Amino acid sequence: MTKSDLILHLAEKYPHLLQRDIERIVNTVFDEISNALARNNRVELRGFGAFSVKRREARQGRNPRTGQQVSVAEKYVPFFKTGKQLRDRLNGIEGTSDDD
Amino acid sequence: MTDNTVTRAQLAEAVYQEVGLSRNDSAQLVDVILEEISQALIRDEMVKLSSFGSFQVRSKGKRVGRNPKTGEEVPILPRRVLVFRASHVLKDKINRALTGAQKGEA
Repeated sequence: MTKSDLILHLAEKYPHLLQRDIERIVNTVFDEISNALARNNRVELRGFGAFSVKRREARQGRNPRTGQQVSVAEKYVPFFKTGKQLRDRLNGIEGTSDDD
Repeated sequence: MTDNTVTRAQLAEAVYQEVGLSRNDSAQLVDVILEEISQALIRDEMVKLSSFGSFQVRSKGKRVGRNPKTGEEVPILPRRVLVFRASHVLKDKINRALTGAQKGEA
């Protein structure tokens, strides 16, 4: 499923909404999550999962091809932890409590 | 800096501000978006959201684990786990904001 498939599904479900507005809604949701992560905020979506950002320390790395040492700068990586309810649903367990 | 946690309520508020829907409808749309994604994943479909990232379900085989506290061996049953891969756009955005790094820098 791509973002456009998702928008099409929603358009079928909400025939009274303009597809253009659905597109804006979907983009708003993911932009909002991205913006929160760019502020180093956590995003917790109960029943679905939580997005967070982890800091990776600067380190001395090696170019695996040449063996040459290179310094790798500090960086931040986005991280997702699946919520309990979704994890259970993926494994065919329904109807558990909605805690994350 | 990690003091604010964003939840469904804030996403609904953002949708409310962006489009002329009621607060209720905005909240419902956020739920339905997450539910559509969940259902696709439960059907074992990969979900690709351009400029955000992709979600994919991986099947893990049975293996023997160990209780790290007691050292006791416990079987870990086959299960399905969800993996999220952030897009380069998202990674770059986060790193530009938090480190001031150049686009594409490792």
